[in-house]
Amino acid sequence: MTTRRLATLAAGFALLATLAAPPARAQETVLRVAMTAGDIPLTAGIPDQGFEGWRFVGYNLYDALVSWDLSRGDVAADIKPGLAERWEIDPNNNRRWLFHIRRGVKFHDGSPLTAADIVWNFHRFTLESAPQFNARQFAFARAYLGNYESIEQVDEFTVAITTKQPDSLLPYNMSFLMMVSPRRSAEVNNDADAFARNPSGTGPYRFSRMVPGERLELVRNAEYWDEARRPRHDRLVLLPMPEASTRTAALLSGQVDWIEAPAPDAIPRLRSSRMQIVTAPYPHNWSYQLNFVDGPFSDVRVRRAANHALNRADFRELLGGVAIESFATLPPSTPYYGNPVRYEYDPARARALLREAGCLPCRVTLAISTSGSGQMQPLPMNELVKAQMEAAGFQVTLQTMDWNALLQMGREGRERHQGVNGINISRSLQDPFNGMFRFVWSRQAAPAGSNWGHYRSPEMDALIDRALSTFDPAARLAILRQVHEKMSEDAVMLWVVHDLNPRAMSPRVRGFVQAQSWFQDLTPITIAPR
Amino acid sequence: MFGYVIRRLIAAIPIALGVSMVCFALVFLAPGDPVQTLLPPDADAETVARLKALYGLDRPIVVQYFDWLWRVAGGDFGRSIANGRPVIEEIQRSLGNTVLLAGLSVLIAFSIAFVLGVIAGRKSGTWLDRLVTGVAVLGVSIPNYWLAIVLVIIFSVEMMILPSSGTAGDTFDPTSWDHIRYLILPVITLSMIPVGIIARTTRSAVSEVMNQEFVVTLRANGLPEWRVLKHAIKNALPPVLAVMGLQFGTLMGGSILVETVYAWPGSGYLLSKAILTRDVPVLQGTILVLAMIFVVTNLAVDLFQSTLDPRIRRG
Repeated sequence: MTTRRLATLAAGFALLATLAAPPARAQETVLRVAMTAGDIPLTAGIPDQGFEGWRFVGYNLYDALVSWDLSRGDVAADIKPGLAERWEIDPNNNRRWLFHIRRGVKFHDGSPLTAADIVWNFHRFTLESAPQFNARQFAFARAYLGNYESIEQVDEFTVAITTKQPDSLLPYNMSFLMMVSPRRSAEVNNDADAFARNPSGTGPYRFSRMVPGERLELVRNAEYWDEARRPRHDRLVLLPMPEASTRTAALLSGQVDWIEAPAPDAIPRLRSSRMQIVTAPYPHNWSYQLNFVDGPFSDVRVRRAANHALNRADFRELLGGVAIESFATLPPSTPYYGNPVRYEYDPARARALLREAGCLPCRVTLAISTSGSGQMQPLPMNELVKAQMEAAGFQVTLQTMDWNALLQMGREGRERHQGVNGINISRSLQDPFNGMFRFVWSRQAAPAGSNWGHYRSPEMDALIDRALSTFDPAARLAILRQVHEKMSEDAVMLWVVHDLNPRAMSPRVRGFVQAQSWFQDLTPITIAPR
Repeated sequence: MFGYVIRRLIAAIPIALGVSMVCFALVFLAPGDPVQTLLPPDADAETVARLKALYGLDRPIVVQYFDWLWRVAGGDFGRSIANGRPVIEEIQRSLGNTVLLAGLSVLIAFSIAFVLGVIAGRKSGTWLDRLVTGVAVLGVSIPNYWLAIVLVIIFSVEMMILPSSGTAGDTFDPTSWDHIRYLILPVITLSMIPVGIIARTTRSAVSEVMNQEFVVTLRANGLPEWRVLKHAIKNALPPVLAVMGLQFGTLMGGSILVETVYAWPGSGYLLSKAILTRDVPVLQGTILVLAMIFVVTNLAVDLFQSTLDPRIRRG
């Protein structure tokens, strides 16, 4: 009796297992990615969902005038030609950039790309009276077009972009502006939602299907203009999965091949299941922007004291090794890192500095979030910051809020939050403007820009102006290094760690090179058969 | 009866208004901003202001509320601020997923809990009763998000026989195993939520009825025990049904944690996303629809109760 029951049970399990096995597919190779986003990034041009949206949707469906070179893992990624095959500053006008459009590029709907399409797209971002104007694209583009004045078509394959001030870094900003097909947009009467459901760009993948909120499927664009970047797999499936443990389980159960940002404590478990864990430094830092007007951090000695108070190695340990110590704004692999002052862990020195500044114990309030893009593990990390600062003579109050609320505080600036001495917002630092200038330039003082705590230094402003009007890259690099070094000398932030951006993938995923960037190139990936 | 239904439905209107008003006010009182999601974190104040104007979010709250209300009255729930899609479409899709999940869970939970409750109630005071009560307490006490993770570890990660999250990604096909397998773990997890409370309610109702005089009379009349039980159950049903109705409502809106762990694109998931992004149109629309479901479920339970039990029949 018992034997028979057992046999039935076994048969039942066997049946279940057979049924559970995925149905055999044709030879189509599929890469399935679990993203941290809560929804599918917008498919109608410039994506939402932070840089993850750019990484998986933006740069796959679309191209910008300028691309990122993501083919190497050993140096910080820099820009390279995209839809523009070259660009130069007008020799007679240092506010006018000329972009020469690549010939022979076709949108996914088959229509050819010309300079007129670039102008049409810029009007989509900026010109409220244009029929294709799109409020959301305006909002996204705006961060990169702060210095933009106008665009004109010079000939069939050249456009000229004029800036308000000389801007040697404009090509970096161009890399964020995705070019969509005007023909497809006309077909749907410029309705952005309809366009998002059937988008057409020039990128290495074409749109295949989308279940809103659940999955986006892209297929290889066999006619992509850059032959070296034609995808080596047939289909890319993108799944939003905001829960780290859900993503980990999905990878371990074979439901996806690739997950973004596994929780650090899951990494040993993933390794033991032969999953590949890849990490690389990239332009990110987990830090605090400080208040330079109200409270103790207006004194540089207090800012230095805070930086000496942290034992950054402990944070790396807390994060299971997927971070590196941050002693300055940018990671050391950045070309313009220079030779900044290094604030080593020295609690005695910190205490001495506080005594000198007449602030002991030194009461500070830090605004933090419970989660958020790039915020890593905000609660335990902030607790550790608090403990270490307090051991060196500070008295720290953590003011906790959700991500949306912290972003709003970040945007409003110190004026509306004079009781707050620092805010913990991780920022993307992918180019000199976003990585440095916006935090320390007086013109960027919040709410006009990202200089939250109103740092002001005529010397810094002069350096930035010089960098922006220096069009020779080598000469500019020297100035950029000075900016970075001065940021450290003035201890403009409280630096903690740089994320190493862990991602985990199945052993079947081959050929991926992790670039030192927020963006990654998925096209070289092949999927080994089971 | 018909008049009663109409009156109850009309009484739902102030509930809907109240719910939507409170929800609207809460969103605007809380720190944070709906346009935040639309903008890169570094957007400047001028951009924020222009975008707010483009979305009509710069108008006074009262004006925004009545504008919303007017459009909803005309059947237009507006578009999501976060993704630009029509709200009604978002609600339909996610509600469909949740109804599927909650409906199946309710069926399973109610059957198990009811049987357990009846057994315990009839054998009140015995070891069987204590066992059932123990199981019920366990069911109430286990956090469902924890159970969800444990089930995933066992069935997805270790045994690899069931998917850990998501859906098959198409319209649900009840004949396809490939679709059904995605449902199994979430349904089991979700069904654990109401089992305990329903079993306990059933138990106390049944044991109370079993002690009543008519049961003694029935037995004295020589009715077989199963027929006695039938009468007893019928008398014990009204309070149980009331609790079941409430529990169904809870499952419809309260499955946020389970839906998050399983990345199940239902209304709880939609709601939590809308809260985090301050997506007012989606939040308002979802809450309004959920509130109405609650009202209608309660009405249905009341009607069912009065059909079953003439003592509480209404005019």
